[in-house]
Parts: sequence; structure tokens; C-alpha cells
Amino acid sequence: MNEVLKAVGNVFLKMPLGFVVTLRHFFKKPVTLDYPYKKKPMTPRYRGKHYLERYDDSTERCVCCGLCAAACPADAIYMEPEENEKGERRAKIYEINLLRCIFCGFCEEACPEEAIFLGQDYEFSDVNRNAFIYTKEEMLVKHPRKDNPFKRLYRRVRKVHGVTDKIS
Amino acid sequence: MLEMIIISSVKVIVVVVAVLTCCAWSTWLERKVVAYMQHRMGPTLAGPFGLLQPIADALKLIFKEDLVPKSVEKVTFALAPIISFVPAILTFAVVPFAADFEFFGYQVTGIISDLNIGVLFVFAVTSLGIYGIVLAGWSSGSKYSLMGALRATAQMISYEVGYGLSIIGVILVANTLSMKELVEMQGSDSIWFFQNWFVFKQPLGFLLFLTCAVAETNRCPFDMAEAESELVAGYHTEYSSMRFSMFFISEYANMLAVSAVGATLFFGGWQGPLLPSVLWLLLKMFLFMFFYIWLRGTLPRFRYDQLMNFGWKVLFPLALLNTMITAAFVMID
Repeated sequence: MNEVLKAVGNVFLKMPLGFVVTLRHFFKKPVTLDYPYKKKPMTPRYRGKHYLERYDDSTERCVCCGLCAAACPADAIYMEPEENEKGERRAKIYEINLLRCIFCGFCEEACPEEAIFLGQDYEFSDVNRNAFIYTKEEMLVKHPRKDNPFKRLYRRVRKVHGVTDKIS
Repeated sequence: MLEMIIISSVKVIVVVVAVLTCCAWSTWLERKVVAYMQHRMGPTLAGPFGLLQPIADALKLIFKEDLVPKSVEKVTFALAPIISFVPAILTFAVVPFAADFEFFGYQVTGIISDLNIGVLFVFAVTSLGIYGIVLAGWSSGSKYSLMGALRATAQMISYEVGYGLSIIGVILVANTLSMKELVEMQGSDSIWFFQNWFVFKQPLGFLLFLTCAVAETNRCPFDMAEAESELVAGYHTEYSSMRFSMFFISEYANMLAVSAVGATLFFGGWQGPLLPSVLWLLLKMFLFMFFYIWLRGTLPRFRYDQLMNFGWKVLFPLALLNTMITAAFVMID
């Protein structure tokens, strides 16, 4: 008898509360991001797929000095130098193995020419392992950019410290 | 005579197709509703709002390999899905789905077969469905399946009594077993169109019916026979392809059948103002379906012994009490 009363009490007093909770959540907006169609904006400092910058006259910034490869803890960067028409040094081969890369951003920090940056792109999955070795042609930007992240950083540093010398 | 046969056949085909269609989109409804209750979105890719998802699922299941493990009892293994599928559909034979109407000059009754023992037929047939589950579990030759079947048996024993007794109140009040007459009794022309619904005369009976119906259809929180988290998939662990999908369809057909019976017994069946009678029945059925899904989104699964306790110590006495009180009132009248 006691058990019956307890069960009936639970059904009439406690169960409706649970039903109210689920019904309330039913009318809330789902937290799911409709991913392939809608994307979450990345943070400005997100470290995604690398890209190589150009100077304003669209020559490559990279001089193939090898500092990025030296800084790389995963040993993911391979390069061979050559000379361009003007006799300047540049990379003949510049490859990053994205399967090895850990996206730490040390290459970006090590680069004295502000040539390599980690971008916002994170959608580079593939079914072929060879596709993950990105060559220079794949990473070079098509046109020089007015505003690369380092320039923006320098501008802020100069503003804070009152430095007046010009940088390109 | 020939006319009658043709009309009946057409009705049967229409009802079966309608039920199967409802089954398919009930899966969509379930996935959507449960998803939204959990802040997810459910199927979205196939068609608008994922509405074509059932078709995609059906195609996938048809093209899957029909695996038959070595340890199964072949004949029973093949029969079990059919045994659980047929009774689920059979219930709709006696559910009045619409008011009588005229169709191309023929007078058509809105029920496939107006049995004078319709309610009894429903309860007899829905109980048969459990054999499919038990046989499937036994013939699979797998421990999980057997456990599922055992649980289904125990559940059936605990609930069938309460299930049967819960509607005796309605039958006592209505003094008929014909589904058609039951529906006609609940109609009303006044603006309070729901005043004659049996749910107001039998509130306790309705609650008992609702609870037992959930157990009868092996739905959460009484889904011990297929408890995913404990028994892999319970009685249909070893089933694949269309055999599995027959169990799947029969689960939803059972839900729909129980919803239809509930709507007919307690909510006036197709009776209702303004809208066509078929729509009223569908509306009431899908309110039941929504409640089922809501239940699944809310309550955790009962434990095995809790279920038997609940069945024998709570539902059974309450159903008896309800029957006694109703009988007393009927006698006084």
C-alpha cells in the first residue's frame, strides 16, 4: 500500500516537473552549428594552414634562409635555394609536410623576412597522404597583401612605444 | 458482393499504406523531437528539414547485406519479424478512421471491419506482437538477444494484466465492445465538442492505459527488451537489413496502433468539429506520438525488478480499483 501511494505520488508530483524541463528545452535554440553551411569565425590569432607572403612589388619575401626549418620542432619544413632573375636568393623548393606540422607557429616567429604566416584555413583534409606535402606554389599568395599580421602588430607596438621610424 | 469486396480491398490498401507512411515519418518526428529536446538539430541534410530522411534510411536498409549468423534457428529467425510486424498492422482493421462518407456514389463506412468485439480484438492482436520479440530473441542464438527476449516476456506478464484491466472501465461505461459505437458515443454537437470524451469519465483508466501502452510497445522508459546501453540491441541484435527494418517498422506501427486505440477509446476517435474526421484522428494520434517521444526524451529506463514491482504492485491494484469504482457507479445509475 505504502509503495503504491509513493509511486502514485511520484507520478503526479515529481514526473510532471521532469516533463516541463524537457518541454522547455524543446523550444530552445539548438547549440549545433550547421557546419558545412555555417562556419564559426576563427580568432585572429588562429594558427591554420601556412601561406607565404609577397613584397608589394610581388617578389617573394622568402629568401630560403632556413631559420623556419631550424625552428620547426616537428622538422616539417624542407627547402632548397636558387637565384631569381635579379640575382636575389629565393626558394627553389619550399615544402611543408602538414602531417608532421604541429601548427605551433614557431616558423612564423623565426622568419626574419615576414614571409611565412599561419592562416585561418583549417579545411585541408584529403584522402591521399602526398596531398599533405604543400609546395611553395600552393602556399604563395597570388597578390601582395596590403596588411599582413606583422605590419598590424608593428603598428600597434609603435603606437604604444612612440617609435617613429618607417617600415615597409 | 463484388462491390463490397472491392471497396474493402481499397480501404485496406489505403489504410496500410497510410500506416506505413506514418511509420516512416514517425521516425523522422522522433529524431527531430528528441534532438531538439537535447539542443541538437536532428536530420537536416535530406530534403527540407531532413524530411526525406526516412526514404534515405529505407533505401540504405534495403541495400544492406542480409546477415544470418550460424547459430540461429533459421525458420523461426525468418518468421519472427513477420510475427511482430503483422499484428501491429492488423490492429488498424478495427480502428474507425473516419466518419461514414460517400465515395463516387458508393456508401463507405470509415472502418475496415466493424467487429462487435473490436476492443477485444485489438487487445488480443497487440498481445501477439510480443511473440515476435520472444521468438526473435530465442532463435538468434545470442546471449544479448535471449536476455532481451526474457525481459520482454517478464514485461509482458507484468503489463498485460494492467493493460487489459485499464480499459474495462471504458467498456463498463460504454456498455459496448464495438470501436465504431464507442466513437459515436463520444461525439457531441455542442461547442464543448470534447464533453463526452471518455478521458473525463475515466481519468485514472486513461493514465493506466497510457502507462501500460508504453510498456506494451517496448518504448522508453520500458524499453528493456532492446536496452541499447545494456544489451547491444536486445532481441534484434542479430538482425540486419530488411529483417531489422521490419522490427523497426513494427515498433512504430505498434506505437501508432496504440495511439489510435487510445485516441479512439479516450479522445473520441475521429469526432471533432470543422476539420475532416480523418485529420482529427491523425491529430490525436500524433499528439499521442509526441507524448511517447517526449517520454523518451524525459525518463531514464526502468530497472528490471522495478518494472515488475511497478506492474504488479502499482498498476494492477490501481486498475482493479478503477474497475471496482466504475462498476459501482454503473450499478448505481
